[in-house]
Amino acid sequence: MNPQPSLWSLMAYGAEGFGDEFLTGLLFTLQISVCGYILAFVLGLLGAGAKLHGNKALYRVGDLYTTFIRAIPELLLILMVFYMGGRALTQLFVGIGLADRDFQVTPFAAAVAALGLIYGAYLTDIFRGAIQAIPKGQIEAARAYGMHAPMRFRRIIFPQMIRYAVPGMGNQWLNITKDSALVSVIGAFELLFAAKSAASQTKHYVFFYSVGGLCFLGITIVSMIALQHIERRTSRGVRRA
Amino acid sequence: MTIEQCYAFLNTEPGPGFNLCYTLVTVFPALIKAIPISLLLLVTSGIIGNLLAVPVALARVSRNPLLWMPSYSFILLMRGTPLLVQIYLIYYGLGEVFGQMTLFGQPLMKALPFLRDGIYYAIFALSLNTAGYTGEILRGAILAVPHGEIEAGRAFGMSRWMIFRRITLPRAIRICLPAMSTETILLLKATALASTITVYEVLGTAQFLRSQSYRIYETLLSAGIVYIVLVFILTRILNWLERYLNKDRERPLAIPMAQTVKP
Repeated sequence: MNPQPSLWSLMAYGAEGFGDEFLTGLLFTLQISVCGYILAFVLGLLGAGAKLHGNKALYRVGDLYTTFIRAIPELLLILMVFYMGGRALTQLFVGIGLADRDFQVTPFAAAVAALGLIYGAYLTDIFRGAIQAIPKGQIEAARAYGMHAPMRFRRIIFPQMIRYAVPGMGNQWLNITKDSALVSVIGAFELLFAAKSAASQTKHYVFFYSVGGLCFLGITIVSMIALQHIERRTSRGVRRA
Repeated sequence: MTIEQCYAFLNTEPGPGFNLCYTLVTVFPALIKAIPISLLLLVTSGIIGNLLAVPVALARVSRNPLLWMPSYSFILLMRGTPLLVQIYLIYYGLGEVFGQMTLFGQPLMKALPFLRDGIYYAIFALSLNTAGYTGEILRGAILAVPHGEIEAGRAFGMSRWMIFRRITLPRAIRICLPAMSTETILLLKATALASTITVYEVLGTAQFLRSQSYRIYETLLSAGIVYIVLVFILTRILNWLERYLNKDRERPLAIPMAQTVKP
């Protein structure tokens, strides 16, 4: 009876093992997380602006956005963006003659759009709270100096807002890396998808899902350490009691 | 249109448009029938998870490394990995383990056919996940209980267990109530993940209908509406519960606050 080869040999890099698949998956997970987070950042700023602008209609729009996105399960939102958004875009583009009939939204684009949409809603409220935490007098002072709105935002609001928002933003970054696993459902080749395909090919479910989970845990731990540094850096110059 | 006409229309015209009839006659009743499964997942894993969270939090605040270290790693594992990975690991992983086991000379899966049902694995995974998240919340709340109250309990000659039962736990639960209601809403949304391991709750049913009819707007939008309504109702219930549990310390009407608001 020949000795059972170690399970870790399945993680070899190359055609035999699944090491390269996992590495591709890891990179894809990081890519969609970063791109989704950038989109969420922009959407969050726009949402916070809409909610704080003072215009009632704009507030309604921002409020509806955050309420609906938070009430719908993330998995369903990803499916909605992939299938519904994909089909709507196809119909639109084919309709105006921009694309052929075989035009399709890639899982990457759908994943980024969905993650950005979801976390944009969470970041909206984080940014809103952070902007409200800035003393009113400072904004008034900037106005008294004759700064126009973009300059006020760039010089007074944004730098201070980021300081207040960093803890919440860090939490949402941790969440977005974890929720990026959900896009394996729409066939995006990320970490969990790599684990899934490796597990179903070899029937070593426990091993491959554990490895996948450990990869995610690694991302989380590295992010947590990095976030601690960022938090310390953004709050430098703040007097502590 | 009668139902027969509706179905005739459905079967003959698989067009890309929105079919209201199909939505109202087929999708919504099916989704409403699936709501109890979602709620079953929510209630059972909520109860089991919150009960498990108490020992997890207690072990976490202990000074004994044999207690806090396992608890810390459990919380880190639950919070540091995606829930979907946990669900897959439990469903497929336990399936792999159970598949090799035998009971009374029979394969285990054959002897206990309920082990094939995904819902038990979903409840198991959701409970563990909730225990991890709530354990961390409860830990913060236990640490936030004012020290003087525990000392007062000690001065009354209460035993440690009695102090915990009468002072620490009720106080801690009250402190973490707002965080717990957020957690419950998140758990309701997390039950949708059970659809990936063939549990036909609301999203699972919607996915089944979608794969059957190739109608995406009707099925996915309806599921979204169902979840929005569920979350809305649950938020109301939790708000009421929070107010009910805090009845004795209800603030007088917010008149002093109103004066600080700019006209």
